[in-house]
Amino acid sequence: MANPTPEAPQERPRGNPAQRLYAAFDSPGRRRALHLVLLAILIVTPWLSSQYVTVILTNALLYVVLCLGLNVVVGYAGLLDLGYAAFFAVGAYTIGILTQQFGFNFWAAIPFALLAAALAGVIIGGPTLRLRSDYLAIVTLGFGEIVRFTARNLEITGGASGLSHIPEPSLFGWYIDSSIDFYYVFAVLAVLAYIASQRLFDSRLGRAWLYVRHDEDAAEAMGINRVAVKLAAYVIGAIFGAVGGIFFSVNLGAISPESFSFQQSVLILMAVVLGGMGKIPGVILGAFIVVLGPELLREFDTLRLLIFAVLLLLIMLFRPSGIWPEKRS
Amino acid sequence: MTWYDSLLQQLADGLVLGSFYALVALGYTMVFGVIKLLNFAHGDLYMTGAFAGFGGLSLVSGVLGAGWLGIFVAMLLAMLAVGCLGVVIERIAYHPMLAAPRLSILITALAVSLVLQNAALSLTGGQYTAFRTDLGFGGLSLGNLFISYNQIVLVATAAVLMIALELFVSKTLYGRAMRAVAIDKDMCRMLGINVSAVIAITFFIGSGLAAAAGTMAGAYYGSIWYFMGFLIGLKAFTAAVIGGIGSITGAMLGGLILGLLESFGTHIPFIGSEWKDVFTFAILILVLVFKPTGLLGKSEVERM
Repeated sequence: MANPTPEAPQERPRGNPAQRLYAAFDSPGRRRALHLVLLAILIVTPWLSSQYVTVILTNALLYVVLCLGLNVVVGYAGLLDLGYAAFFAVGAYTIGILTQQFGFNFWAAIPFALLAAALAGVIIGGPTLRLRSDYLAIVTLGFGEIVRFTARNLEITGGASGLSHIPEPSLFGWYIDSSIDFYYVFAVLAVLAYIASQRLFDSRLGRAWLYVRHDEDAAEAMGINRVAVKLAAYVIGAIFGAVGGIFFSVNLGAISPESFSFQQSVLILMAVVLGGMGKIPGVILGAFIVVLGPELLREFDTLRLLIFAVLLLLIMLFRPSGIWPEKRS
Repeated sequence: MTWYDSLLQQLADGLVLGSFYALVALGYTMVFGVIKLLNFAHGDLYMTGAFAGFGGLSLVSGVLGAGWLGIFVAMLLAMLAVGCLGVVIERIAYHPMLAAPRLSILITALAVSLVLQNAALSLTGGQYTAFRTDLGFGGLSLGNLFISYNQIVLVATAAVLMIALELFVSKTLYGRAMRAVAIDKDMCRMLGINVSAVIAITFFIGSGLAAAAGTMAGAYYGSIWYFMGFLIGLKAFTAAVIGGIGSITGAMLGGLILGLLESFGTHIPFIGSEWKDVFTFAILILVLVFKPTGLLGKSEVERM
């Protein structure tokens, strides 16, 4: 379909090193080779690294899932969501409550967690997606805080101390409990999230998002149901977040309201913006930067958040499309 | 204490809270009026104002003491400093983004908020800072009802600031220019109004009012910290929305209504004080969904 922006098609090779690198792998054959290499790296890494590194990388893979989910909302559909951690929380708490307090099997509880997140997405998105985008941002922020306060005030969610002793899942009698097990669980999730993101991007819905993001009124005139398309993005994003939350809760075995604060939402958003909204490799890169960066900057303590904030501001001012921006012809 | 006294007590407490909300909400609504930007950093300017007021008070308390006179002078210093900071922020961060997509400028505003917050976090180490004053605990006792002098001075100061703002906007040349820019920037430019200057003045006043609220809140509650602007920023935004965003009178009204609602809301049976913030956000979402123009706002046909 035609790109509504009047930009001329870009010639290759052009742009910054990252773009050129990406362009070099743009052919299907090379791309498949690159995928295989990355997959091999993903599989062998935990055998070559210490447990500490494995745990950090597991966290990075969790962020890949969350960031790809938020990317559907922010990058694809162009909706600013400042309460994304709420969906992450809904997934984690649903699993925690069902398995720990009602004795559900972990795998049997997953559909309920996904349903709860999708429902939350419809409830909050349904009425607000008609509003101006900045109102939507603040409503999602308020919603994120409501979820956190509710988790803190209710008894069933364990109050301020949260839920602990969430049983670890087993698969055909084999318990998923070591850090390497969880590394592989999150690796599989990240790969699935990557494939799903790619499929969504190329789908009819993905093109509708692009259109709505660039010109809402024109999109509507072309017969795209503006609100339905946005709601779809919102609900899909919610489900990605819930998937992250589901496995996050069993990985740690304990969850508390503070894991789902506004800072968490901001961190995920930061990863998406830093890497490049809408561009899958960029978003994955952003997720790794956001998780590994603080580990590398550990000596700077409180300053590292400031460094991230300044970086975000500089990116927005000088490179608004991110480190690895979207290129769609 | 009879229900009647209790009601009056809630009214007094709600007015104090409402004054803070109203002062911060004014900045939101003014900035929104002229550049249609939801300034996420506004709550953090309130926080910065509290720290500037704290710094100002330690400068002047040697000469003027840490009573209301000292605090008043510190508040003026904080208003000046944070007002200038607001102008600088607008110049550096928002001005280049005005033509960019809305998503970009919203994220930029969020980034500014995070920079201010984390700068304060780094400087204070995340600890509460004690805001020491010589304010007494005296007040008026009317039967069971107690209103402290501090509360009276605070509400009076807020009222004076708001009246001054209202006069500035309705009577002066720059106030008129501000209202004109809010309606149509391009037309203003053609008529020779210096739009950039008007936007700068708007940021100066809005940030200054937030700083005034921050200093007074610091002096009133006795402690300040880097995260104090987050919740009040959200609540003041709620107040601005209740009143009708873009409307100055609406922001004042919205602030007072929200302060009173919160003060009374926490005493409704089954809604304990721990649900206070949920209550506020629920109001925000309900108002946005059912009456996005608020009480005094103009209806907007544009959609973005």
